[in-house]
Amino acid sequence: MSDTTKMTGASSLVKALEASGVDVMFGIPGGAILPAYDPIFDSKIRHILVRHEQGAGHAATGYAQATGRVGVCIATSGPGATNLVTPLADAQMDSVPIVAITGQVASGAIGTDAFQEADIRGITMPVTKHSFLVTRAEDIARSVAEAFHIASTGRPGAVLVDIAKDALQMQTEFNFPKSIELGGYNPKLEAPAEAIRDAAALIAQSKAPVLYIGGGAIKAGAHKELLKLAELTGAPVVTTLMARGAFPDSHPQHLGMPGMHGTVAAVTALQKADLLITLGARFDDRVTGKLSTFAPDAKIIHADIDPAEIGKNRRADVGLVGDLKLTIEALIPALKSEFKKNQPDISAWLSQAYGWRTRFPLGYDHPTDGSVSPQYVIERIGKMSGPDAIYVAGVGQHQMWASQFISYEKPRTWLNSGGLGTMGYAVPAAMGAKVGAPDTTVWAIDGDGCFQMTNQELVTCALNNIPIKVAVINNESLGMVRQWQTLFYNERYSNTELHSKRIPDFAKLADAMGCVGLTCDSTKDVDKIIAQAMEINDRPVVVDFSVHRDAMVWPMVAAGTSNDDIVNARSLAPIWDSQEL
Amino acid sequence: MTQSHPDAPSSSVSFSKTRTLSVLVENSPGVLARVSSLFSRRGYNIDSLAVGPTENPDFSRMTIVINVEDHALEQVIAQLDKLINVISITELDPVISVQRELLLVKVSTDEKTRSQVLETVQLFRAKVVDVAQDAVTIEATGNTEKISALLRVLEPYGILELIQSGLVAMSRGLKPGSISEDKR
Repeated sequence: MSDTTKMTGASSLVKALEASGVDVMFGIPGGAILPAYDPIFDSKIRHILVRHEQGAGHAATGYAQATGRVGVCIATSGPGATNLVTPLADAQMDSVPIVAITGQVASGAIGTDAFQEADIRGITMPVTKHSFLVTRAEDIARSVAEAFHIASTGRPGAVLVDIAKDALQMQTEFNFPKSIELGGYNPKLEAPAEAIRDAAALIAQSKAPVLYIGGGAIKAGAHKELLKLAELTGAPVVTTLMARGAFPDSHPQHLGMPGMHGTVAAVTALQKADLLITLGARFDDRVTGKLSTFAPDAKIIHADIDPAEIGKNRRADVGLVGDLKLTIEALIPALKSEFKKNQPDISAWLSQAYGWRTRFPLGYDHPTDGSVSPQYVIERIGKMSGPDAIYVAGVGQHQMWASQFISYEKPRTWLNSGGLGTMGYAVPAAMGAKVGAPDTTVWAIDGDGCFQMTNQELVTCALNNIPIKVAVINNESLGMVRQWQTLFYNERYSNTELHSKRIPDFAKLADAMGCVGLTCDSTKDVDKIIAQAMEINDRPVVVDFSVHRDAMVWPMVAAGTSNDDIVNARSLAPIWDSQEL
Repeated sequence: MTQSHPDAPSSSVSFSKTRTLSVLVENSPGVLARVSSLFSRRGYNIDSLAVGPTENPDFSRMTIVINVEDHALEQVIAQLDKLINVISITELDPVISVQRELLLVKVSTDEKTRSQVLETVQLFRAKVVDVAQDAVTIEATGNTEKISALLRVLEPYGILELIQSGLVAMSRGLKPGSISEDKR
């Protein structure tokens, strides 16, 4: 696309965003980005004016996770840009495609400590997939095109485009590249045929395989292929925190989530497996526990789009670098032909693994003092809203419970900050998800700590007709930290009590922000209040669920210990049959 | 140091060794910062890094010397290859490549020792670039072994000042085989 009419760099920026297919962006104007906001005023792109740049960044991420498209946020130089650092790092860790546009001081002033100057390209280098600094008007459109290309292809990630104010003001011709050639960037999409054959051969030899599914399965849109592969192998499936929804929770082969707060069945199946068929997962420490004791007898097939993940934490016997959808599509026929020669009997393994699932189900107790169980609240929200709703969690206990006690049947219905663990993610990310999926019910399952970090975006939601629902799981503390203090610091609760049942009044706060505020402090009212919240669709709703503060997340593998030492409930290790040890 | 996870299972014992990577990068601002920041945040130690222009003004070449195990080398290369501005990465085997460092060293001399020092300079095919009353400044190029051998010999006379460039290296023969291109 080329246009010889002269326009400002700012106009070419907005035209390039339009040409990249952007329909919405989240941002806040300021001095250096101001030239861009003039053409934004006339653009068909919906600009949602947020209340804090961090909200813009997480909203872009929520939008991207819900829709699979690139999320866009925009901010000014200096503090506007540095406020985007957390969401950029967050999106990059979870491989979410977002593009951030920031204004920069005029090119002549760069390096002079000018007003609102920050070297945001330098600052974001370690936490983005790539970052651009554009100082010439004629480079803007091409840089935007490259940014979208980099963010959305290969392993998706966060890309920043920092544009000097004078570049936005100067005249240029619009030059948007038809195709993008980057010498140093050429993601491989198809795994080599011999590696596919090797993988198929390993699967056909395995007597105790597990499909270890990561967030890559959702990013690659590979859930249908995954289902076929899983049913072809008959192997048990575990879905990591980032992969919840990639494989239906209701499926009989599903063992649940592995990791620090995974199910006993999922954790143990990985430990006892002789083969891990790893698809779009990265052997994160929260999954493996102490790495040297993780899945000690297992051979590893590791499929990932990012070559650097293969062998990073755990040596792979077969590495399959490529797009996961294509990899699984190639693996299925290869495996069928292997199975014709030899299909191992894995029935003993299955009965063992499914036995663990039956014997050690996820569960919780209702508090004896009559207070509300947080797990119960979350479970009821999931049951009453169903598998079509989108659930967005903050970080901490409520996040783990939302992963454990809501059943996910479809990809892109579970959004959370897995890698970076960003408290405050839920409200703005739910806002972005709701913008991307306006006809879908979007619940933010948040903690009282997280909620107080970013709830200002409820104002944005109220003013822009983005009716999200927020469940504040209020245990008046930084619950996960408190749980660690209970378990590992002799119940010395240093700085984890938030007093949030007293201050603030969340319902009044919601009301003040143009939302409906509801409260619930008894188990018998939970269903009624959830139903009430579900009926309100013209405004955001915040429900303050006052819950028992001592509830803990179980099972648990303590940090740095072996997955073999999983604890099912406080001080209660699963009791194994002797032959299983 | 090792780059594998501290408690990763080690299937076989492997030893660190010095490796030379020749990295072709785009000649654009910030590339050196990207490469050095990658090394620091991933915990890879750089022995030396030299960067300079190439026959094509669009590209620069970095010669990076690191001390790592085989497994870690694969990670370093894979991580480097993820940088958008990195075009290709080649590991240069010292046997089939030319490797050179530049050394400038100021050695203390007097009437008695000056001739011995000058003899050493000749022996190593180095050059004297400055002579003062009580010191000579020597310039030498060569591979790492030669430069360290020269320094060992000069040390007893008293080294007053020393500066050394990073290693630069080039494969022998026609064209370097690029690791990252092989991988594609």
